[in-house]
Amino acid sequence: MAESHPTPGKDPDASEVRRRVAELLAAYDPARVPREKFLRARFDAGLAWVHFPEGLGGLGAPRALQAVVDAELAAAGAPDNDPRRIGIGLGMAAPTILRYGTEEQKRRFLRPLWTGEEVWCQLFSEPGAGSDLAGLRTRAVREPDSGDWIVDGQKVWTSSAHLARWAILIARTDPDVPKHQGITYFLCDMTDPGVEVRPLRQITGEAEFNEVFLTGVRIPDAHRLGAIGDGWRVAQATLMNERVAIGGMALPREGGMIGPLAAAWRERPELRTPELHDRVLSAWVAAEVVRLSAERVRQQMAAGAPGPEGSGLKLAFARLNQHVSGLEVELMGEEGLRYGDWTMVRPESVDFYGRDAGYRYLRAKGNSIEGGTSEILRNIIAERVLGLPAEPRTDKDVAWKDLPR
Amino acid sequence: MNLLYSDVEDDLRTAVRDVLADRCPPEAVLGRIESELPYDTGLWKLLAAELGLAGLLVPEHLGGQGASAREAAVVLEELGSAVAPVPFLGSAVLATSALLGCDTADGTVAALLARLAAGEATAALAVPLSGAPGAPFPGSVTADSEGRLTGRVTSVADAFAADVLVVPAGGPQGPGLYEVAAADAAVERFSSLDLTRPLSDVTFEAAPARLLPAADPAAALDGALLTTAGLLASEQVGVAQWCLDETVGHLKQRHQFGRVVGGFQSLKHRLADLWLEVVSARAAARAAADALAAGDHLEAALAVHVAQATASSTAVHAAEEAIQLHGGIGMTWEHPAHLRLKRAKADELALGTPARHRAALSPLVDLPPA
Ligand SMILES: Cc1cc2nc3c(=O)[nH]c(=O)nc-3n(C[C@H](O)[C@H](O)[C@H](O)COP(=O)(O)OP(=O)(O)OC[C@H]3O[C@@H](n4cnc5c(N)ncnc54)[C@H](O)[C@@H]3O)c2cc1C
Repeated sequence: MAESHPTPGKDPDASEVRRRVAELLAAYDPARVPREKFLRARFDAGLAWVHFPEGLGGLGAPRALQAVVDAELAAAGAPDNDPRRIGIGLGMAAPTILRYGTEEQKRRFLRPLWTGEEVWCQLFSEPGAGSDLAGLRTRAVREPDSGDWIVDGQKVWTSSAHLARWAILIARTDPDVPKHQGITYFLCDMTDPGVEVRPLRQITGEAEFNEVFLTGVRIPDAHRLGAIGDGWRVAQATLMNERVAIGGMALPREGGMIGPLAAAWRERPELRTPELHDRVLSAWVAAEVVRLSAERVRQQMAAGAPGPEGSGLKLAFARLNQHVSGLEVELMGEEGLRYGDWTMVRPESVDFYGRDAGYRYLRAKGNSIEGGTSEILRNIIAERVLGLPAEPRTDKDVAWKDLPR
Repeated sequence: MNLLYSDVEDDLRTAVRDVLADRCPPEAVLGRIESELPYDTGLWKLLAAELGLAGLLVPEHLGGQGASAREAAVVLEELGSAVAPVPFLGSAVLATSALLGCDTADGTVAALLARLAAGEATAALAVPLSGAPGAPFPGSVTADSEGRLTGRVTSVADAFAADVLVVPAGGPQGPGLYEVAAADAAVERFSSLDLTRPLSDVTFEAAPARLLPAADPAAALDGALLTTAGLLASEQVGVAQWCLDETVGHLKQRHQFGRVVGGFQSLKHRLADLWLEVVSARAAARAAADALAAGDHLEAALAVHVAQATASSTAVHAAEEAIQLHGGIGMTWEHPAHLRLKRAKADELALGTPARHRAALSPLVDLPPA
């Protein structure tokens, strides 16, 4: 009979992780080695995301040990991979590729994704398909001779498309079956000549997002993620991870939008009123509770994948950000009437904190829309967590091509 | 910081829940509230002595279980959910915490703790349930030079079930905590908003008392109030979770307009929001219990104020939603929802209101008043 007991002490623990960090730092002095080289070495040492498998930037270790790695490396002055610039890659593309990708896809894509050498974007939403994402019309048709897929359609609200080297893309491959069944998931090369990216200016003045026109874009079958027609299921993994990525970041106390509000209260006594005091304290409590809730969900999923609880985090995060940033503008009084800069630019990354309260207030409006609106998240919680009846729908058993438009 | 439940805590929950399912069904709770026996003494004996809940917070060398606030919090979730008519909060949490703040090496203190832990006696701390941590030491009872107590304390929780009262009183040597036999005080139960946690006004007229040695009686009292406020958040989570579960259950089977009522989106969204509120309150309550167990006073105070500023409103909101979403049946005496509303609303006032806990946070987080 085969021995089935795991080898004791095989799982890396904190001391093992520290040993590996020390080894990495000894071999690659962050003060001398160029940033990119250091990040690649860190990936190869399994210290990128320790819960990923060995050989793919991880050690198969508990997720919680990542904090140990990050702290040790930060203390040593090592460069990080600027996660704000590559949030879609880290938070959405990577876990989906890890779960559904072939060995070859994992080896090709995960390393440059993590080091930030390749930025990713998400080609999901379309002008006619937002909340009802499964209604999407972008078509992918297989070319008989080459086996390649030819993609035509339009995507919209695509954050970072202007920076991206790759995209996660969902497209319709079979219009003759009901909408959820005819979708396939692809990894799309943004340098393909058929990809055209145009900025979309947003409420804050600049253009974080874009519209993306896809005309005869050629995608080799090797860049299909998951089975043909299984794209909706694969996309669920992306969306669940997206919600956790948006709402579930580990923050220190006062780490989010409450930080600038609390700082303004401390540094600017002339702004204080008794009535605002209780509201600032309420906001502080709300922020702390959202932080604790996120921490609790992280502890719950330390072993498993994000469940519908992630939707709760994102809902809480959106509400908190909108509430706190609105209060901050109000606290600023006359200064709240000014707005830093409406210039149309295409930013490299989103930074909530480098700018004024007015920017935060406006940008936070997107938090309840991006990654699934708060209304859709409430539907998800009601149905999948509380088990309440699904919304009545007329489009479930109808072939996509026969749906009323 | 561990915000989850350990296996031991899960087992404890199961044990308590099993006993309550068996011994504390809604009809039994409802049947008792207007009787002369508002407490279920048989159930309390079972929980206190056989399950050892009375001694959870008491160290093993003093005859208790040597558990921590984390375990007591789990028990309170279950007791809150069932609105069980037992004096756990008043005796095993509030009075016991005050005694643990006294000199436990002293024979009197140790003996009393041992009796409480064994379930042989039940105690109450003679403070108004609405008293909050951070308040000045109470002055309504005074001790004379022979150590006899005179004065009155209103709205004392669980005094009606108590054999022993622990009484904060001003004495010749300053503030102190005194042990008084309940039989030597006048304990008058009055009709309280919360029907499942009886309150009494307690009067002392030269009542014989024993001073409980304590290095800092005021700190012992304040620590007990802080601990109890933090653990009350878990009771509030238990109440809120019951309200959410009952309401979801009801709306899944109630039909109107040819549909399950729980399928109407406006109600689905309200319940999703309520779920989120309960999940958040649970995280805050777990953080408070964990911080109290860890024992860092400043961190614990901060976590308790955050939990109380959150869970109080959550329980009230959950109970109010439960009543509204049950429709007419929610308004009846027969349906157990009103017992949770009454508990939730009383708990909002108990051990400091949300606004008071926010104000208490102000110096701790450096957000000074205007
Ligand atoms: C800042 C920002 C960045 C974004 N980045 C990306 C990106 O990188 N990639 C990408 O693919 N997409 C991106 N999006 C798009 C985003 O995912 C969609 O905007 C979102 O899913 C909503 O779709 P919609 O805009 O079509 O609104 P609609 O679906 O038309 O919704 C309109 C309103 O109706 C409500 N509604 C719709 N259906 C229901 C229902 N069943 N029940 C109750 N209410 C309902 C919605 O909540 C909303 O309030 C981004 C959006 C924003 C704001």
